[in-house]
Amino acid sequence: MGAPLLSVKNLSTEFRTERGTVKAVDDVSFDLAAGETLAIVGESGSGKSITAMSILRLIPQPPGRITSGEVVFDGQDLLKVDESEIRAIRGNRIAMIFQEPMSSLNPSLTVGLQIAEPINLHRKTPWAAAMDKAAELLARVRLPDAKSRVKSYPHQFSGGMRQRAMIAMALACQPQLIIADEPTTALDVTVQAQILALLKEVTRAANSALILITHDLGVVARYADRVCVMYGGRIVEAGPAREIYARPRHPYTIGLMASIPRLDQEAGQRLVPIEGQPPNLAKLPPGCAFAPRCQRAADICRSERPPLVQTTPEHLSACHFHAQLSA
Amino acid sequence: MQAYIIRRVLALIPTLIFASLIVFITVRLIPGDIIDLMLSSNDIGADKKSREQLEAALGLNQPVVTQYFRWVGAILFEGSLGKSLWQNTPVMEEILHRLPITFELGIMALIVALVVGIPIGVYSAVAQDTIGDYVTRSFAILALALPGFWVGTLVMVFPSIWWGWSPEVKFTPFSQDPLKNLAQMAIPALILGKAFSAVTMRLTRTMMLEVMRQDYIRTALAKGLAPRTTIIRHALRNALIPVVTLVGLQAPVLFGGAVIMEQIFVIPGMGLLLLEAVGQRDYPIITGVFLIVGVAVVFINLLVDLSYGLLDPKVRYR
Repeated sequence: MGAPLLSVKNLSTEFRTERGTVKAVDDVSFDLAAGETLAIVGESGSGKSITAMSILRLIPQPPGRITSGEVVFDGQDLLKVDESEIRAIRGNRIAMIFQEPMSSLNPSLTVGLQIAEPINLHRKTPWAAAMDKAAELLARVRLPDAKSRVKSYPHQFSGGMRQRAMIAMALACQPQLIIADEPTTALDVTVQAQILALLKEVTRAANSALILITHDLGVVARYADRVCVMYGGRIVEAGPAREIYARPRHPYTIGLMASIPRLDQEAGQRLVPIEGQPPNLAKLPPGCAFAPRCQRAADICRSERPPLVQTTPEHLSACHFHAQLSA
Repeated sequence: MQAYIIRRVLALIPTLIFASLIVFITVRLIPGDIIDLMLSSNDIGADKKSREQLEAALGLNQPVVTQYFRWVGAILFEGSLGKSLWQNTPVMEEILHRLPITFELGIMALIVALVVGIPIGVYSAVAQDTIGDYVTRSFAILALALPGFWVGTLVMVFPSIWWGWSPEVKFTPFSQDPLKNLAQMAIPALILGKAFSAVTMRLTRTMMLEVMRQDYIRTALAKGLAPRTTIIRHALRNALIPVVTLVGLQAPVLFGGAVIMEQIFVIPGMGLLLLEAVGQRDYPIITGVFLIVGVAVVFINLLVDLSYGLLDPKVRYR
């Protein structure tokens, strides 16, 4: 592997709140190769969305602030470039798909115009031609009747259709990287699988890299090459998806896997939830953030924060007892 | 949409019947009726006989109900609002003559309100909690708090004391000299529009803050749009929907303000006509003015409702 397409190094993002400063993202590092799919997994509040937003500097400032780190994209540190340079990258070389297709499209503009917008902006394509391109893109995300649908408004679309439109919008400028922030969470279960398959298919066809942010480990298994598991703003485990499935090296990942239903499980077997509450980021314990919920927690877990170490050359874990763990 | 408009216009009928009844009856309840005024101004003896003669001549001796139906009948069958009791001129003619002047004043005040209120509201929202935001918000409160009649009187009085200049009081019709007319109307329009612009500014600011938090604004920024394009193309349109409602609600308020401004700046519009007519208890003029204003307000609100369709694609008229 040559230089990665995207290299996030020691990224930290803070939010100032009434109850003090919250480290939403704490010292997060990962690499992404061109065309690769990386899943960032974690529960709400784990910092996965903030990580994604930090890459494109879309954190509302204030109250948010990226305090340290580098986001090197194609040799350029996105945290250092000026405002107009980052705008030239947004929607052009890195596109984002958001969680809520209901509210992520502007209700008073046609779907076609919203898809054509980045083409007009970044490619300087005249509106009429950009609208034709929008129709093509809608056809590519297999929206039935794409040609006439460009003139529709978002409220005339179902949730799944809107998310297709969002994907079309993300594809508009053939980005090298698409960041999809929980793209299927707000959709019906039957539609979820379609949208994910579509997303995977179109990114592969365009040879775009994909960062798939999800709380659903089931999604990860099918679509991701590599996985980062986040907890309390930090990466607690990272590695190839297959490897993490076969040999999870962090109690949180093991807990997540036990809490989702599996087809190869015997019928009637109970799902095991992870006890306790997600951590309060304003009051993280000095040791491992997961320690209060971890059945294996020992004294060292409560006093010393475990570093992210290699268990194998490709597999990282932030658990003092990673060597003893096996699912 | 046609059916919608027809239904809205039909719905106007009960509104107007009710409103005209109220006006028709209440003007006759104002203490000191027109007979007293006429008798005293013409120095005729206020004996019972001359009262009765005058009442009969003016048609005021009949029961109010009869008078009302006569009035309505004249509107429906002759398109007439009756005649002024003093000048004996047709009320309709007088109103049609003055309506454009008041309309011009109202439109100018509306333009002031929107041209001042919307950009400042947007600025204030974008610059939330900065000095600029506080300054513009304070000015808005000030503009809202200072009564128009007071500001108008000051503008009439003080410049003449300080610089020997005062606003023109001889009215120039638009058809005669448009520029001079506009210059003359500008000051009353500014004063009339100032409170409205303050309300517009506050509402625009609130709505912009609300809209700027929406997910689709984040989407727009994630596409690489500049903040300016995001605000104009994605935020403003959605933020302006309630501002359009405000325009409809403010229409009668504007008329109320116009009555005062016309009095202060001696502009011969509907307001001045109304005020004179009230002073003289010229019932047909009073009821006529209110009827026309009522129709105008209802139609403005119909236009407002129709314009939602332009701003909000979810609105369909059925």
